Amino acid sequence: MTLTTTTALDTSLALDTSRALAATAGHAPGIEPRLAVDRPLDLAAERERGTYGLPTCPDVIAELEAAGLRGRGGAGFPAHIKWRGVAEADGLRVVVANGEEGEPSSYKDRWLLTYRPHLVLDGLLLAARTVGADRAVVYLSHPETETAVRAAIAELDSAAPATPAAGVRLDVHVVEPTYVAGDETAVCRSISGGPALPTARPPRVGEKGVDGLPTLVSNVETLAHAAWIARNGAAAYRDHGTAESPGTTLVTLSGACGRPGVYEVPYGLTVAELFEIAGGFTSRPAGFLMGGWFGGLLGPAHAETVCTYEDVRAAGSGLGCGAITALHADQDPLAVAAEVSAWYAAESAQQCGVCVKGTASIRDAFASLDAGTATAKDRDNLARWGQTLPGRGACAFLDGAATWARTVLTEFPEHIGADGTANADDSGN
Amino acid sequence: MKATVDSTKCNGYGTCADEAPTVFQLDEWGYAGVIGDGTVTDKDAACRAAEGCPERAITLHD
Repeated sequence: MTLTTTTALDTSLALDTSRALAATAGHAPGIEPRLAVDRPLDLAAERERGTYGLPTCPDVIAELEAAGLRGRGGAGFPAHIKWRGVAEADGLRVVVANGEEGEPSSYKDRWLLTYRPHLVLDGLLLAARTVGADRAVVYLSHPETETAVRAAIAELDSAAPATPAAGVRLDVHVVEPTYVAGDETAVCRSISGGPALPTARPPRVGEKGVDGLPTLVSNVETLAHAAWIARNGAAAYRDHGTAESPGTTLVTLSGACGRPGVYEVPYGLTVAELFEIAGGFTSRPAGFLMGGWFGGLLGPAHAETVCTYEDVRAAGSGLGCGAITALHADQDPLAVAAEVSAWYAAESAQQCGVCVKGTASIRDAFASLDAGTATAKDRDNLARWGQTLPGRGACAFLDGAATWARTVLTEFPEHIGADGTANADDSGN
Repeated sequence: MKATVDSTKCNGYGTCADEAPTVFQLDEWGYAGVIGDGTVTDKDAACRAAEGCPERAITLHD
């Protein structure tokens, strides 16, 4: 089976990665950033900040629970549940820092691994000690992150015998970048020597992951926050954010944006307020790709949507990995949907029949809408697929395509006529 | 008891929906999925469906 390498960077929606990498991460005014820094930090600089210091809390998992830390890979799953599940498992265990950032419009994990590799390693080693794992793996796919992480591990090794990695086998595992390679079952399958392709659940990786062992797979940003919480406490973590979505988060802002890039922000700001931090909108946004390409397309009124897990979910999308792309004023939502759905069809791992057929059908329907040749049947099909396809694939990839089918129809009804064709006054955009 | 379909294995034979139509349904392309959350209402039929699947794509969980 041949995997399709991600085609995201060839599309009109791509974040300018060279620009993002060159830029330092910004942060919201009025906060003391926890992750954002203006230069890559080496071991000495990290130690000055307390990195690799001992936890100040007696029970790390209880502290993560009190902090309300949620996974930053996209699903937003409570971290303490995952950690506790693996900690309570029997026998050998494995922890994995997942830095395979397959989401096309997200750059924050690459930024974090490049600028704060030690903070991620600190969180990973903390996780290993906490859940009782003797093997820790950094899973990544981009050359700049591999270079930074290997250099950080070499620095740690040179700090022996007082290395924070003592007693833990610490590896780097590099994979080809694809969207599905970041799925946690694909992560474990690849590290175990197989292809980086998802498998059916159950079993969950917390029960049977790398080499069949209980495995904690955690996004790299989640681990960085965990390390911060273990030293600074849950109460301090909650100084920013909201009760339901506490803390700060890294977001990747792109599109019609004055200064695209990675920013550390508290949860609870509106979309417009986030973009204000990043130089403001460069044109009146025609819509927003929320949560990366996975959260579908929201209409321009969502500039006022508050960026918390619960508010963005209530808006019919998801905060996902915190990537938001503002469409330029002259971008046609149907053209964007045609482009993104074509990417979904091309990027499908071609493992699940329903994903092969579903993504291709959504692509074809959006292509017809964009070309002005759609019928009411195309519109009705998209509405149905938006409801019936989520949860059908082995991984969540198909759910993302289905979210586009659902959100474009509900958010941009004025662009689609009653007979399913694109409205005449819209077709020239 | 709940049923799950491994969508990486399902090849759309459709035997499960024939054997246990209250548990499995086929989509417009012929691929199988569980109905609702996969709760098994007819255990005997679900077992026949699992055993009869040529791709062994069905798992029943207690």
